[in-house]
Amino acid sequence: MDYAAKVMDHYNNPRNAGKLDIASLNVGTGLIHVSEYIEVVRIQIEINPAKNIITDARFKTFGCGSAIAAASLTTEWLKGKTPEDAFKINNMDIVEALSLPPSKIHCTILVEDAVKAAINDYRHKNGLEALQEEALESNYELEGM
Amino acid sequence: MLKLPVYLDNNATTPCDPRVVETMLPFFTETFGNASSRNHAFGWAAEAAVDLAREQVAALIGADPKEIIFTSGATEADNLALKGVFEMYIDKGNHIITTEIEHKAILDTCKHLEKQGAEITYLKVNSEGLPDLKELEAAITPKTIMVAIMYANNEIGVINPIKEISAIAKRHGVLMMSDITQAAGKIPVDVDRDGIDLAAFSAHKLYGPKGIGALYVRRKSPRVKVTAQLDGGGHERGMRSGTLNVPGIVGFGKACEISLGEMEEEGKRLAVLRDKLENALLQLEESAVNGFRAQRLPHVSNISFRYIEGEALLMGFNKNIAVSSGSACTSASPEPSYVLTSLGLGDDLAHSSIRFGLGRFTTEEEIDYAIKAVTETVNKLREISPLWEMFKEGADMSSIEWSRP
Repeated sequence: MDYAAKVMDHYNNPRNAGKLDIASLNVGTGLIHVSEYIEVVRIQIEINPAKNIITDARFKTFGCGSAIAAASLTTEWLKGKTPEDAFKINNMDIVEALSLPPSKIHCTILVEDAVKAAINDYRHKNGLEALQEEALESNYELEGM
Repeated sequence: MLKLPVYLDNNATTPCDPRVVETMLPFFTETFGNASSRNHAFGWAAEAAVDLAREQVAALIGADPKEIIFTSGATEADNLALKGVFEMYIDKGNHIITTEIEHKAILDTCKHLEKQGAEITYLKVNSEGLPDLKELEAAITPKTIMVAIMYANNEIGVINPIKEISAIAKRHGVLMMSDITQAAGKIPVDVDRDGIDLAAFSAHKLYGPKGIGALYVRRKSPRVKVTAQLDGGGHERGMRSGTLNVPGIVGFGKACEISLGEMEEEGKRLAVLRDKLENALLQLEESAVNGFRAQRLPHVSNISFRYIEGEALLMGFNKNIAVSSGSACTSASPEPSYVLTSLGLGDDLAHSSIRFGLGRFTTEEEIDYAIKAVTETVNKLREISPLWEMFKEGADMSSIEWSRP
């Protein structure tokens, strides 16, 4: 299997691998798994509530190299975004950025879901209503959910 | 001096031994005759070479040269054995017994025969990869014509008690077929001692060329017959038509001769290297050997590294080390190894497995390199594995709280 150089780069030097304080009110955690592929992605974000900006992001992945790269790349994108903008991250953006083959699209769906879950976890903790996916964005079948 | 990449996938295929290639070469250019050409020197020379090779191949498994039917490989030999026996013995019955962890060449052929009216029993195996012999005996019916069970498994290297299995088959007047591809040339196989009536194997797993294999078909007590699957010139006692692949057959013969001569010493050498590799990797937490350790091929080790995914693991070193993984993370085939799941491994552990297949050209330096590379990659991936983190923090892994997207 020929992995794109971008995937190898993230695999060899994962960005923002690690953990944030799950108990902190400013931290949102999304932990998503797809049982068919036995993959698990955890995305965490730290939000500055005054500025409504994501100040930090961390990931951990149990899964193939593409799933690791997808989560790693996404944490780079998350920093500096508002939660509302981060919520719009689409898995196909990740597919494109990493030049992933169709067989690896499922890895990026997992990451997109983890981002959304992390944002809504933060909102839930802070008594905010969950953000909803717009109808337009739900074209992709959620596999194994 | 270590030469990269290191090849540790000798269960998939082996390199040709240079001695084999040297023996084959004249049969492409000088001695190129058709072994069936009975009326000139070119044909006679080719036939003589095939005769010698047939003796060498037969000697490896304690057979008579007349009992060796050359085929294009083990897959064809498996097909010929199963389909050929099914068609030949249809008046006696239509039932064949095999196991869940056979090679696809057996399993898919059985599936094909089911469509032709065959009844197939797929025996389960225990957590060590062995079938229950009581279950085997209980599965035999008056309609049973054959038991087809591999000598040693390709993924986990576990060796079946073929002698005991064939004794049960014999007691019930049922033919014993065995795919001996992984065992032949690696451990002693003797068709008489082991009670085998049909055996399929190939050259490229024992340092011979690809594209040549054989089916052993017993000629005496009982005299076994198979219906040919290829029609044509009636080669190979009518069981396999087609011009003989003389260079391939010559190489197969030489490869068998070398393997027979070096088997004992080589088996010991490989077991030492394999054990070194295995014991070093078992130092890693939450790693475990798959299959019955005490009854395995000397050169095979299948290990699961819990909480990391096999394909990601391979990515860490597959530029420099060639091994195979029980995982396939693609939407086209999301299934983990069926052999490992038959052993009762959860999908997660089956996905976390690596098969190491050592071989004749494996050196201790290569093993040391593999130990270092695999250990480093396992540790690195566990650093970024959420499951490993939860495990280390003592979380109950069976009741993880997942987010809802």
